[in-house]
Amino acid sequence: MRVPLRWLSEYVDLVLEPEELARRLTTAGVEVGEIITAGDWQNIVVGEVVKVDKHPNADRLTLPTVDIGGGEKRQVVCGAPNIAVGQKIAYAAVGARLLDGHSGDAIVLRTAKIRGVESQGMVCSEKELGLGEAHEGILVLSPEAPVGAPLSEVLGDTVFDFDLTPNRPDLFSIIGIAREVAALTGQKVRDPSIQYEEKGAAVKGRAKVTVADPDLCPRYVGALIEGLKVGPSPDWMQERLSAAGLRPINNIVDITNYVMLEMGQPLHAFDYDRLADHHIIVRRAEAGEKMELIDGSKHTFTNEMLLIADAERSVAVAGVMGGFDSEVTEDTKAVLLEAANFSGPNIRRTSNALKVRTDASTRFEKGLSQHLPPVAAARAIKLMVDHAGGEAAKGVIDQHPGKAKEGRVTVTMERIVRVLGIELSTKRIREILTALGFGARWMPPDRFVVRVPYWRTDVSIADDVIEEIARIEGYDQLPTSQLRGQIPELVPQPRRDLRERVRDALADAGMQEIITYSLTDLESLRKVLPKEELAVAPPLRVSNPLSRQWEYARTTLRHALLETLASNLRGDQSLISLFEMARVYLPREDDLPNEVEMAFGIVSGREPDRWGRPTGEPAGFFAAKSRLDHVFAALRMTADYREATVSAYLPGRTAEVIVGGDRVGLIGEVHPQVVESFDIGREVGMFEVDLDALLPHVGEIVHFQPVSPYPAVEEDMAIVVAEDVAAGRALELIRASKLVANVSVFDVYSGEPIAAGKKSLAFAISYQAEGKTLSDADVAKERKRIVERLKRELNAELRA
Amino acid sequence: MASDTDIKQLEASALKDLDAASDGAALEEWRVTYLGRKGRLTGLLRSLASLSIEERRTVGRSANDLKKRLQEAYDWRIEHATKARVEQVIAGERRDVTLPGPPLPRGRLHPITQTMRDIVASLSGMGFQVAEGPEIEWDRYNFEALRIPQDHPARDMWDTLWIDYEKDGRHPMLMRTHTSPNQIRVMEQREPPIRIIVPGKCYRFEATDATHEWMLTQVEGLAVDEGISLTDLKGTLAEFARQMFGRDRKVGFRCDYFPFVEPGMECRIDCFICRGDGCRTCHHSGWIEILGAGMVHPEILANAGYDPERYTGFAFGMGVERIAMLRYGVDDIRHFYSNDLRFLRQF
Repeated sequence: MRVPLRWLSEYVDLVLEPEELARRLTTAGVEVGEIITAGDWQNIVVGEVVKVDKHPNADRLTLPTVDIGGGEKRQVVCGAPNIAVGQKIAYAAVGARLLDGHSGDAIVLRTAKIRGVESQGMVCSEKELGLGEAHEGILVLSPEAPVGAPLSEVLGDTVFDFDLTPNRPDLFSIIGIAREVAALTGQKVRDPSIQYEEKGAAVKGRAKVTVADPDLCPRYVGALIEGLKVGPSPDWMQERLSAAGLRPINNIVDITNYVMLEMGQPLHAFDYDRLADHHIIVRRAEAGEKMELIDGSKHTFTNEMLLIADAERSVAVAGVMGGFDSEVTEDTKAVLLEAANFSGPNIRRTSNALKVRTDASTRFEKGLSQHLPPVAAARAIKLMVDHAGGEAAKGVIDQHPGKAKEGRVTVTMERIVRVLGIELSTKRIREILTALGFGARWMPPDRFVVRVPYWRTDVSIADDVIEEIARIEGYDQLPTSQLRGQIPELVPQPRRDLRERVRDALADAGMQEIITYSLTDLESLRKVLPKEELAVAPPLRVSNPLSRQWEYARTTLRHALLETLASNLRGDQSLISLFEMARVYLPREDDLPNEVEMAFGIVSGREPDRWGRPTGEPAGFFAAKSRLDHVFAALRMTADYREATVSAYLPGRTAEVIVGGDRVGLIGEVHPQVVESFDIGREVGMFEVDLDALLPHVGEIVHFQPVSPYPAVEEDMAIVVAEDVAAGRALELIRASKLVANVSVFDVYSGEPIAAGKKSLAFAISYQAEGKTLSDADVAKERKRIVERLKRELNAELRA
Repeated sequence: MASDTDIKQLEASALKDLDAASDGAALEEWRVTYLGRKGRLTGLLRSLASLSIEERRTVGRSANDLKKRLQEAYDWRIEHATKARVEQVIAGERRDVTLPGPPLPRGRLHPITQTMRDIVASLSGMGFQVAEGPEIEWDRYNFEALRIPQDHPARDMWDTLWIDYEKDGRHPMLMRTHTSPNQIRVMEQREPPIRIIVPGKCYRFEATDATHEWMLTQVEGLAVDEGISLTDLKGTLAEFARQMFGRDRKVGFRCDYFPFVEPGMECRIDCFICRGDGCRTCHHSGWIEILGAGMVHPEILANAGYDPERYTGFAFGMGVERIAMLRYGVDDIRHFYSNDLRFLRQF
């Protein structure tokens, strides 16, 4: 909402500088988004065209001579078709700062020859002055503009562009802003005049309004103005409309727009003679009803939409836009002026459905006051009488089926203290409320009965009134305090705790955290998930996606890690290891999806050498596993790995991750075909862990174990087994011995001298007893038992 | 029986062994063998008991002299051994101290995670507990229960991504546009006093530019109890802002509108770039908006089954990306989720 300060000052004295006023308004909740200074012009003055000569070399150009005051005249070259002797225009001297008429760039005017004739300055268009978009012709000033006066004195203005909140429809008007300014600066509001003479015959019997659907139209005021002469509106009105961002059209339309900007009530003028039976019917559309609107668009309506019709057909979409057939034209002699109140939600629904948003609909949808239509109608009638030669009929039609009660709110001093935390004097409270137009009657001993002014449709409870007091007093004027009272009992957050521990462990393992978008496309999911899975449980789809790229709620993060990896490859072999903690969204029948907490990690490239150069082994399965095991170590858990075949992973290098008997995740090398589909030309290790599945296995507090005072005996043991025997199986068997405190694999070897189809596994074993120092004989006995067990279970031979 | 000969023999063997001791362990073994409490020299001295007083005196003196000599020889060896090692290093085994150590892998948390943790830590210190909620929500929680009914113009404040799921001709499921729905979920389940924060991802139907992202992270706060007032809200936010942005920050409040609070406000800090003079970061206002807040609307308390005459509360909500941008001086919000390692590794 753009408010020119010159216009605003007609209703309230502006006693503060614009910057300070803007600051005060913003602090009080009426946010000035931008202060636009129109007319900070230098070297531009009012000139009068005294002569227009033809350009000797160009038909389209003329050579006007401009009187610039002080007896000085300048001849310029001009391309505007509308230039004429006697016009007051804006003359820019050489050195003036302007905007280029075509590109809009800032320029400094220089002396120039145009088609062989020197131009001593120039005559400006609106666009060149930064006043608007018009550049077809020059800007013609009011005939009263004094020749030689700086243009900034004649046209200059400061415009506040407000960012308003939807709860305050009253502020979408100059008078509404004036009321705020008055309350904030201790000034009085001057309401615009609504007095006019009713010279015409009575409206009764000559026009009729029927509100067929009062639930959607609580009030409809219709006024008849005859004898109109349609033409341009007065200059001052055009200037104000332009400054506020509206294009002047003709006096009738301009007046309806002017009053809408001035008072916040949208109006519509129907050509009285084009309304069948001079009868307005406010009714729901019949399903499938069609109409062409003023802007030329054609629409079909549903029976939830409210239309304005005459006796024969629809003539407007209520509160949104008028119909083409009944609009005011040059030939219009009489209008039926509509000032109505419509249901906000209904207007909003209609405007959204038709995709037509207008200055009217954006005001109506916020819920305007039912008391505004007669006031705004009177104001518009007065302006039509004064500036369009109109004759007002006697009386207006006022259908008011849905009368709203005047708002009264009781506000106790106790409530004020409870909400604001401080006491304010009754004097100050009354002062603030009165300044805002509220009535505040003190009811001893402890309360105000507050009468809400009709335009404040947003105020209905005591706390609303308290906000009024606080915002005008200024929130910054209130003291601060710290929360007292009981701190609520701790509600454990095991899910979050686990997630954050895993996050830390992954970063500790040298992995970089990433955060990627929760939505993706089907294409990406298809690359990493089996077709059957997508068919059986299709991901949730967004019905209004911002782009095809972000259409589905992801059920995995595989694609996201692969995409991020691909986008970070820099053509070398540097190790990249990334992880992400995020939810996946598994659809459920007629319910919100199951949001599962996942941890995904990916690693690719070569391990760094002593100098950090990527010369080591290509990172694959084991690089991923060491990182994942680091997480389990941090959680003081052990995971088992069971070879598995899973889509998107490379068979033979993929495992399920088992904790406490439950499958909690997957780990493996990414399938070469998948790697290729993401344009990653190298091996990739990846893991994924379902934290919700892991959660039940997270241990509680660690229990201290006494450190054994008896020395351990360390020994190595190598066995030969068939190639397909998993080392993990042997480890399990060795670990099963009571005297084995620790065991780890330290070598896997196949080839000479090991027989074909066999491999050697070497283990470091640490023996320790609870209550004594082990003798060599004890160890030998235990070793023998282990070897026998390995032989029995795995057909293992002790390696010589 | 000890004699001068014994002493000479002991000395000869001790010095020979000392010469042969090649490392620290051998030296230590030598020390125990010869000079230890149960060592050979002590054994020798002990055997003096069988001698006459005069002999005892003479041999004793020689034995003590020997002990002294052996101790000196040992000390010299020890000192010399270290010295030799030091000289060896100085001579040929220097380290170029400017060379790097072997690299250790270094992982970092995403800047949004880091900022989120700082926010949560600050508010946890004031007694706020984390309570998380779903990212895909019902319209009922995201809007209706927050006093934003169907066809309410305030819905324009949260452009919404709707899930393609129809029930009774409407789309009741959506990507949550803010973390506020969890206020309602928590109030449905718990009784006052309540002091929670809700961190999490939110989504908007919004074209992206330098300051707008369609996926964003929010932290919502809610406190409900007897005797909570606007001055408490101001105090809590002021303390939070100073913890996040420095103790010397000025904190300001202006009136603002959110349907679920009354009165509503916006919390601002004085611009730490220009200190209030006006610059690009603060859009020449001297102030930087950091969050929205207000007193919980009594209707929302009543809907939760709380007595709005007895209980009051405040709520606030902030965008973590915005806080992170301000703290780290990031000029474009789109950096956060483009996941360029050259960006992420800076934090």
